[in-house]
Amino acid sequence: MNIVRAHKLKDHFVELLRSASSQLPGDVVDALQQGFHQEDKGSPAHMAMEIILKNIELSKANSTPLCQDTGTNIWHVYHPQHICKTALEEMIRDATEEACRLSYLRANAVDPVSGLNSGNNLGLRFPVISFYEWRSSAVRASVMLKGGGCENVSTQYALPHESLQAGRDLDGVRKVVLDAVFKAQGRGCAPGIIGVGIGGDRITGMIEAKHQLWRDLADRNPVALLDKLEQRLHDECNQLGIGPMGYGGKTTVLGVKAGAIHRVPASYFVSISYMCWASRKASVTIAPSGKTTFHKRVPRSMTCNTPNCKG
Amino acid sequence: MKHIQLPIGETDIRILKVGDEVAISGVMVTARDAAHKYIIENWPKWVAPLLKDRAIYHCGPVVRKDENGYHAISAGPTTSIREEHYEPQIIAHYGPRIIIGKGGMGDATLAAMQKSGAVYVHATGGAASFIARSIRKIHNVYMLDELGPPEAFWEMEVEDFTGVVTMDAHGGSLHNIVRKASEKRLHALLQ
Ligand code: SF4
Repeated sequence: MNIVRAHKLKDHFVELLRSASSQLPGDVVDALQQGFHQEDKGSPAHMAMEIILKNIELSKANSTPLCQDTGTNIWHVYHPQHICKTALEEMIRDATEEACRLSYLRANAVDPVSGLNSGNNLGLRFPVISFYEWRSSAVRASVMLKGGGCENVSTQYALPHESLQAGRDLDGVRKVVLDAVFKAQGRGCAPGIIGVGIGGDRITGMIEAKHQLWRDLADRNPVALLDKLEQRLHDECNQLGIGPMGYGGKTTVLGVKAGAIHRVPASYFVSISYMCWASRKASVTIAPSGKTTFHKRVPRSMTCNTPNCKG
Repeated sequence: MKHIQLPIGETDIRILKVGDEVAISGVMVTARDAAHKYIIENWPKWVAPLLKDRAIYHCGPVVRKDENGYHAISAGPTTSIREEHYEPQIIAHYGPRIIIGKGGMGDATLAAMQKSGAVYVHATGGAASFIARSIRKIHNVYMLDELGPPEAFWEMEVEDFTGVVTMDAHGGSLHNIVRKASEKRLHALLQ
């Protein structure tokens, strides 16, 4: 049976993009609310958090983009065996164009050679789509809208790092993450969420860092040492005092999430993906019966490294 | 909250200080990367009345068109530092009084603002639906075909557009203050 054509996947994908662009996941909203309450009343930081919260309400009520930069759209599609990925990709591209026409997405695809905007938010490897085969018979598509401002402050370090005196261990990782958050100041639209990829090469390390951004903020790392690192960094990043928008304040990051993948003996990369407070993600599962479930929180399969995870 | 009506003169702009919360009303224009590059390569005359004593907004809005014209539906600030290379020249040449964006700008812009009498207003990054509500009307768009919707010059009328003065006309910069303080803490944490 062709689940792709049978169940109007395109319409579901348009809906997915609408909700991703106009509604934040619950864990992020909770964390922002907490941040608002901890900033000093009357401070610029407090005002910024208040505006952010008002913006969240307005965007949800009117289905307007939370932020005009609807970013690079990163799709992860989990699919059963024997499914036509070309058709799935077509649906995603059609849905993207439609969502752009409906102003859920901005026309964001620019040709770096000619400087021309494609006008429909489609381009070469734009959106970015990854397919993962899994054992379930359903299709699950998740999309993340990764803004340019926070992408610009994302970065990568090679350990050891001399001036930071960061060695090839988790304390070295801690030091470079602090340095990256310091260097970003408010420019990634703080408060941010920090995805850290430890190890890998220059590409896979950054993929891991981005992958961490799918995790729920409340999610604890199953690896004890990484969990400790995440908690410590969360606390220390906030001690930097950069605050919302870099105005100075207590809420610099909403969370730090770290994953580690194998590296070669010669390299020790730490890749840091900065996600702005507008951490827009949405997920939908379409069963073979056609039953469609939109998820309020991104399901665990998105953050699991095992390709056959059924989460 | 201080209310600002555009156009605004030098004396009034110099009253503003770092940390002031402001609500801006009047007509201003968006310009971001391609628009800035275009300006300093061409120094167009038609831009002058849009900028003199007014505000440049670093923004690439999501705009909807219907029978009544264009409407901004999502219009938050973009990162300003990318215009650092252009802005001091534009300030000196056209005399805008307010630069609006996010993330702040560098020392060259700070010096240009101090010299000509201009301030930087930081809008809340990402708060695009909220900000779009203060955009009452889009009067005009320039170079839409050449630059594309996010990069075009959108001339818009705003009412109570809120932000924080983070760089003033006296060389003050909240960004420098926060950077210095956070650098100290960073060094302590790196020990
Ligand atoms: S970094 Fe800021 S401007 Fe860019 S998408 Fe995120 S919230 Fe929007």
